[in-house]
Amino acid sequence: MLTQFLIEVTQLLIVGLGAPLLIGLVRRVKARLQGRRGAGVLQPYADLRKLLAKEAVVSETTSWIFRFTPYLLAATMLLSALLIPLLTTRTPLGFVGNIIVLMYLFLLGTFFLALAGLEAGSAFGGMGSSREMAVAALAEPTVMIAIFAIALHVGNTGLDEIVRRGASDPLLLLSPGHLLAFVAFFIVALAETGRLPVDNPATHLELTMIHEAMVLEYSGRHLMLIEWAAGMKLLVFLALLSNLFLPWGVAFTVTPSALAVAFIALIIKVGALAIGIAAIETAMAKLRLFRLPALLSGSFALALLAVISFLFVK
Amino acid sequence: MAPSEVVMLNVLLLTLACFGVGAAGALLTAPWPRMSRLVGHACALVGAIGALALGAAGLAGGALGVIIPALLPIGGFSLGIDRLSAFFVLVIAVAAIPSALYAIAYTRAYEGRRSLAGMGCGFNAFLAGMVLVVLARNVLTFLVMWEAMSLASYFLVMTEAEHRETQRAGWMYLVMTHAGFACLLVGFLLMARETGTMGLSEWRAASTTLSQPMRHAIFALLALGFGTKAGVIPLHIWLPKAHPAAPSHVSALMSGVMIKLGIYGLVRIGFDWLGVGPSWWGGAILVVGAISAVLGVLYALVEDDLKCLLAYSSVENIGIILLGVGAGMLFHSYQLGALASLALVAGLYHTLNHATFKPLLFMGAGAVVHATHTRNMEEMGGLIKRMPQTAVYFLVGSVAIAALPPFNGFVSEWLMFQSLLLSFQISATGTNLLFAVSIAALALTSGLAAACFVKAFGITFLALPRSTQAEQARETPWMMRGAMGMSAIACLVLGVAPVGLLRLLNTTAAELTGAHADASFNWNAIVANGAFGTASPLWIAVALISLPALILMALRIIGANARRRTYETWGCGRALQTARFEYTAAAFANPFKRVFGLLYRPVKELDIQFHPESRFFIDTITYRNEARSIFDEALYDPISRLVRRVAQRARVVQSGNVHLYLLYIFVALVVLLALAS
Repeated sequence: MLTQFLIEVTQLLIVGLGAPLLIGLVRRVKARLQGRRGAGVLQPYADLRKLLAKEAVVSETTSWIFRFTPYLLAATMLLSALLIPLLTTRTPLGFVGNIIVLMYLFLLGTFFLALAGLEAGSAFGGMGSSREMAVAALAEPTVMIAIFAIALHVGNTGLDEIVRRGASDPLLLLSPGHLLAFVAFFIVALAETGRLPVDNPATHLELTMIHEAMVLEYSGRHLMLIEWAAGMKLLVFLALLSNLFLPWGVAFTVTPSALAVAFIALIIKVGALAIGIAAIETAMAKLRLFRLPALLSGSFALALLAVISFLFVK
Repeated sequence: MAPSEVVMLNVLLLTLACFGVGAAGALLTAPWPRMSRLVGHACALVGAIGALALGAAGLAGGALGVIIPALLPIGGFSLGIDRLSAFFVLVIAVAAIPSALYAIAYTRAYEGRRSLAGMGCGFNAFLAGMVLVVLARNVLTFLVMWEAMSLASYFLVMTEAEHRETQRAGWMYLVMTHAGFACLLVGFLLMARETGTMGLSEWRAASTTLSQPMRHAIFALLALGFGTKAGVIPLHIWLPKAHPAAPSHVSALMSGVMIKLGIYGLVRIGFDWLGVGPSWWGGAILVVGAISAVLGVLYALVEDDLKCLLAYSSVENIGIILLGVGAGMLFHSYQLGALASLALVAGLYHTLNHATFKPLLFMGAGAVVHATHTRNMEEMGGLIKRMPQTAVYFLVGSVAIAALPPFNGFVSEWLMFQSLLLSFQISATGTNLLFAVSIAALALTSGLAAACFVKAFGITFLALPRSTQAEQARETPWMMRGAMGMSAIACLVLGVAPVGLLRLLNTTAAELTGAHADASFNWNAIVANGAFGTASPLWIAVALISLPALILMALRIIGANARRRTYETWGCGRALQTARFEYTAAAFANPFKRVFGLLYRPVKELDIQFHPESRFFIDTITYRNEARSIFDEALYDPISRLVRRVAQRARVVQSGNVHLYLLYIFVALVVLLALAS
């Protein structure tokens, strides 16, 4: 009971405290790849602290939804941090929800953020909301088909069970269906977390942006919560990708040494994925909004192929 | 008769008496509009509460059987209840109670109009008709009640008959509902002839003797008839016209429950009357469901008329329900009874959920229309400040229909995903692919529904008012708010504590499929198929309520700046921020219009009138970007042209000469006598 509680608290701390570090790492690597020096990896912490100290400016056209959304968004991310297998295959709160619940929690956050984007009554916010919902809606089928591919493979939609199966049967990880599902899920993760080539997290006030346009009116502690939640979402997605598809190092038993190994393995895996994202963001330009459906339907096709390959290569 | 049965019978009689008194009372008190309005709808409210009791008792296992031979020929007026009927009575009651309460205040706007008394009468007749359809136990009772329900709703749709739009909608509704009725009539009579019995309860046993082609024919006919009532694509065209045309409390019932009786019929033929069908039946229902779900929400997304948007979203939700029913039938045909039950539970629970949040949304839309006198969302906006309670209720409905936790839509959609994902237990590759595609369709639908209701709520209630009517909007009377509040609470309760009902539905499904779903429904978690998937609506709700509060406290503790300054929206340096800068409903839907352009085939027209003196000054810009319905153009227009042409030809027999008509009757009589002998 106590260990279960401790595991959950550790997960919360890793996701909550690690998120700014992850953002800092991606930015730093990106700067290096682009030949800049870039800010230190700890810069996002300083940014968040600065936002916390500032007073929040709230548009007079907004209502309680605008002020409530940052709290809800951060809450959905913290809840998802409690549901995913991060260090051990045992997620004590696994019964609260499987991978489908997780996707709906993300959609709940997106729903309210899109409403908040409409609240300020400026064209930017509405544009961001409309585009964010379009991307979310088009990404949804890929997520579910990728989940179907995994469920076919493991016979379960519980996150902990998927990790356990993958870790105990390394050959399954190399099957074509698994690899296809990984690529599909990775593209969706980029879309869902607002990274290039779908959205550019580094620009403000460009007509091409999605997420940043939506949160333009936020300031102070509200903006801090939203930035923090965005970081947590990235971390949760990367942790999911690394643990579902590359479940090495995840602790089977709750012993200090196994947990230490799991922690180091997590850092290495998520770090590698973060470097990968930085490389993609350096090498690729942002796609035009109306080219996105091609990318997302491409990833959908990959996920569907993953399913088909499982059905035929049983 | 067992004592419990006597109680059930009395509840039924009281319920029907309430509807009867309401219908007659509304007409008799017509000279006193206020009286007529109160009597008609208060009786409907009490009747609906009676129906709730009846449904709950029936679902718990109460029995009922009445035959009144004198009332109808061939078998008499026969009523009975089993768990499926009871569940649908419950669904009707759950939507009817708030709708009737709402109507008491809402119909005040109709005082002084001639339609008021007819509306009160029609409302009661409509409710009674729906309850009796699901209780009907023989062919004639069913058909008569089905027709009564359709006609009552037709008259309710025609309440504002002075509008040309309403006349067109009513006409289309009448034509489609009778086309469906014709299919049902032929199907039912064929079935009665082949099985040799008019009693619906005996069909399950009797249908085993049917020949294979006859079973297919009967299935196709009945599915067409019930599908028309359910509004599945491509038989949906009456729905987005008729629902918005009716008064909002009637739209709430038509969208919330009447179309569900089509689902009731489909469940009956798929699982009960015709026994276990071949796999193509379930496959066909699954495909139709997937198409209805995706296309329904796509059409809803581009609607700017709030009530039209809600009507199209009903097509979507019917599609989602049919995914459950179709999957259930498919599993059933593969002898996977437990999985069939799980899919059916998901479909039925979504039926109940849709009957809570769709009336809520229609009542909210009615309140908004009441306050702004327009259904066009482009003329709304900013209503959350002027109608704060209505806004909260509409938000609850929107979150629930977008299937997001912690509301009820989430539970049924999660169960639906779970049962579709389990389809890998079937080992037939084609079927597996069909399921994969329907999983994708359901996922796309849920994403698009979220976008659709961000639009519906955001454009209507948020930001700045877009018209003077919206600026002057006022909150609705307390009774209307109370009705919406009831539905909103129902959405939350069904979303947080679905346990009891899911258990009862499991028993209901088992009666039809012969096996209980392999799932445990507990307070703290729903577990499908031996831990294949778990979800705990209760704990998700607890977390979603407590975590934001904890975050707020944590921010206080670590010393975040708690001050807030209100200032105008940043307007790129412009001095003035007006509603003209806001994103519009049409703009919100535009990315979808472009991505799915193949389906919408948008008509784009840009007409710029320049000033005659100089092209640098523009007089007017007219921009039109409408989505067209491919079904109207490709399917219905040719049919209606054909019917028109035939009708033109047939007009020659209609000379207006009474003697000629008498001759026709004589000839017809002779021919019939010759055929009969």
